[in-house]
Amino acid sequence: MNAPENPKTFKVIGTRPVRPDGVDKVTGKAVYGPDFTTAGMIHGAILRSPHAHARIISIDTSKAEALPGVKAVVTSADFPGQESKVVAAGETSSNLQHIASTCMAQGKVLYIGHAVAAVAATTKAIAEAAAKLIVVDYEVLPHVIEVEEALADGAPILHEGMITKGIEPAPTKPSNASASFTLHDGDVDAALAASAVTATGKYRTAPVHQGYIEPHACVASWNADGQGQLWISSQGHFDLRNQTAAVLHMPIGDLRTYPLEIGGGFGGKTGIYLEPVAMLLSKKSGRPVRLTMSREEVFAGSGPAPGVVADIIIGASEDGTLTALKLEFWNQSGAYPGSTIHPGVMTALGAYRLPAFWARGWDVLSNFAGTKAYRAPGAPQIAFVVESCLDDLALKLGMDPIDLRLKNAVVPGDPGPVRLPHGKIGYVECLEAAKAHPHWSAPLGPNQGRGVAGAFWGNYGGQSTASVALASDGSVQVTTGSPDIGGSRASMAIMAAETLQVPYESVRVTIADTASIGYSMVTGGSRVTFATGKAVVVAAREVLATLVSRAASLMGVTEDQIVWRDGAAHGPGEQVLTIAAIAGKAGQFSGPISAEAAVNPLDYLPAFAVHICDTEVDAETGQVAVVRYTAVQDVGTAIHLDYVEGQLQGGAAQGIGWALNEAYLFDGQGRIENPGFLDYRMPVASDLPMIDTVLVEVPNPAHPYGVKGVGEAPIVPPLAAVANAVRDATGKRFTQLPLTPDRVYAGLKASA
Amino acid sequence: MSRMAISTTVNGDPAEFLCDPSETLLDALRSSLGLTGAKEGCGSGDCGACTVMLDGQMVCSCLVLAAEAEGRTIATIEGVAEGSVLHPVQDKFLEFGALQCGFCTPGFIVAAKALLERNPDPDESEIRYWLAGNLCRCTGYDKIVRAVQAAAAQMRQEGATA
Repeated sequence: MNAPENPKTFKVIGTRPVRPDGVDKVTGKAVYGPDFTTAGMIHGAILRSPHAHARIISIDTSKAEALPGVKAVVTSADFPGQESKVVAAGETSSNLQHIASTCMAQGKVLYIGHAVAAVAATTKAIAEAAAKLIVVDYEVLPHVIEVEEALADGAPILHEGMITKGIEPAPTKPSNASASFTLHDGDVDAALAASAVTATGKYRTAPVHQGYIEPHACVASWNADGQGQLWISSQGHFDLRNQTAAVLHMPIGDLRTYPLEIGGGFGGKTGIYLEPVAMLLSKKSGRPVRLTMSREEVFAGSGPAPGVVADIIIGASEDGTLTALKLEFWNQSGAYPGSTIHPGVMTALGAYRLPAFWARGWDVLSNFAGTKAYRAPGAPQIAFVVESCLDDLALKLGMDPIDLRLKNAVVPGDPGPVRLPHGKIGYVECLEAAKAHPHWSAPLGPNQGRGVAGAFWGNYGGQSTASVALASDGSVQVTTGSPDIGGSRASMAIMAAETLQVPYESVRVTIADTASIGYSMVTGGSRVTFATGKAVVVAAREVLATLVSRAASLMGVTEDQIVWRDGAAHGPGEQVLTIAAIAGKAGQFSGPISAEAAVNPLDYLPAFAVHICDTEVDAETGQVAVVRYTAVQDVGTAIHLDYVEGQLQGGAAQGIGWALNEAYLFDGQGRIENPGFLDYRMPVASDLPMIDTVLVEVPNPAHPYGVKGVGEAPIVPPLAAVANAVRDATGKRFTQLPLTPDRVYAGLKASA
Repeated sequence: MSRMAISTTVNGDPAEFLCDPSETLLDALRSSLGLTGAKEGCGSGDCGACTVMLDGQMVCSCLVLAAEAEGRTIATIEGVAEGSVLHPVQDKFLEFGALQCGFCTPGFIVAAKALLERNPDPDESEIRYWLAGNLCRCTGYDKIVRAVQAAAAQMRQEGATA
């Protein structure tokens, strides 16, 4: 591991302290979504649709209600009606009707696994038995799964009357294409025609699931006075509270939401599924209600990332200078509009200088669960397309693939994806680090090949609130509203400790419920260490200013005579007052020392990454093994080295799974054939080598400590890095993921 | 449905609970005994988050009926530390940052401890294949494997000096 030499004078930043929540998590004490209980709690179960597309004619709940132990039954009739209104939903925005319908089908079911009714009973077994007694009369409708079926003439329309947005003039006929988004510049066709070399291809990826190990779970309690409480495992209890309140027409202040530990999310826990249903069951029963999903419910009823069908052509002059890029792709988006066509388009345009380009994405709906954010939403699929095509271009040009990228990589000031100039980015630094890494020049064994791919993710800022308060002994309490999904408590403690120059262990971090701190957006967009971290630093600096001011007063000197060093005020004549000494005298001043900061920083910067992958392909079985892997990334400043490296390694592993194994497989009825971890094959320990990391640090000048978001970028390059390595090993370009043994074997056979 | 009375030993202490004949050991541990350290990630024995030891054998507790625990000895994540002293595997998971969300961690620790009791000096492949029944979606396994290697080294050293 190549931890950067740290030329700065940081004391705590860039170290590897034990996370504050660590012991709870290695001893089984930490309370996750399915672990929480409260007094009087009963258990819910959800009845889900057996049809991929059907109209609900009637629902008869009488037999379920009559079963002893049943306390409440809920159907869509219990949901307040929704107006068609777009509201903030996690990292994106969604129509309120679609959010409500995701929680419980309203009039039509749109996928197998769509919630239709729910029961709460004294035991989970009774609730499940009662759910089976609910009789639903369906009018079954034809369904669509693949993009081509969904766009075919006469295809069944999921949302009647839906007219494609983003096309001028607007189409007159309803379709399953919910939206289109295009960015273009210059005469791309002329530029391609004039190019010395072009590479082209048609690519395809399947829907994949985020695959968090903790299924969705919540406990809800809704009292007769209208006040409710929710205990949830989520990426953002404020946003899930807001969505739940909006669906239930509640004042937001009446819904206090408590964050439980979250067992993985990767974007998939930024929206609501169970919460309003549990609330309604609680209101009807008068009892707190727990709802949990089984793994099969998670696969069928919560959002995967979209599959993609894409056509691409890239041109270059003889010296490898890119001349033009033309891309059109269709997202296989599941049941609701709003999939990731915008970031998809931007992924294609933000990493290289392109004199001419035309890129268009289509959001195409079909009959499986509506897609949700998945780590750099929309980017991995398009990076697979672009970076595979670039690899072909390098082959045609006879150029080293890193040199081709270096020749065209964006540098600060070059146009970004929406033509605004890039800030202080580090793509060239990453490419140079990859080229210099021993992995790039190491010899390959028999049947092995090496691939490289670069990519970026835009990252995000967003709203965050944090407070920093001192106890009378000088210990530091940091409070945020950002769920800790991968060690962010440690990052917050490090930044507070660095600012106050106190030991890391004297800082403790709490993630507060919605009634105990102001709003913070979801943990997503690689934003927490950047934006919530900024809030922590701003609040800590205000605390520091108070400490200095009070120290000056206690010493009888002016503030400019005070030097703050090692957690203490140093004044003239060797006077020293420690943070504890000052905090302990709060009673002599205007009050306790505490500060809160609320921020919405817009000066985030994208993260660039370059991955090198070696694969070994068994021509007799089609099996692809990843035998060596290196992930290089510009991380701005690494706050906690282990958790930064861990993001690179985890993102790479997810991307390798996407490349090699993972896909939703549908039968002819629209049923997922592999809704479990045996057949939806995520990487296990024996599938992977060690994943080497190189942390390139090009600090973000707008962040107090130079932070750039880290978490999402590492899943963007692996799909192409693996595919390019297979191309190198076999001489064959595979354009469809996943690269399962049967597909690779058939491809090698066909070209033999 | 009549419930069955089960007497068992959990983490060295006698434990009794009532269960339905169809209830899993995982459900009984989590609901009846309040031991929520073992997690349900899949309910089908594919993720290993519910790993416990049953009479010294590593099992997915979601695949064991609660009634099968009658008269047997169970060890869960809650019993891995001795009082407040962490087991070397727990220590090294913390030291190496071998967890991100932490949901799979109890299963990994129970499984890794079982490996090191059977084989004090496993090589990387042995660790990776032993832990192949435990899914982690966050870490890419690198730091988990390194933590287990470090715990093994520490335990060998402690064993040598003991």
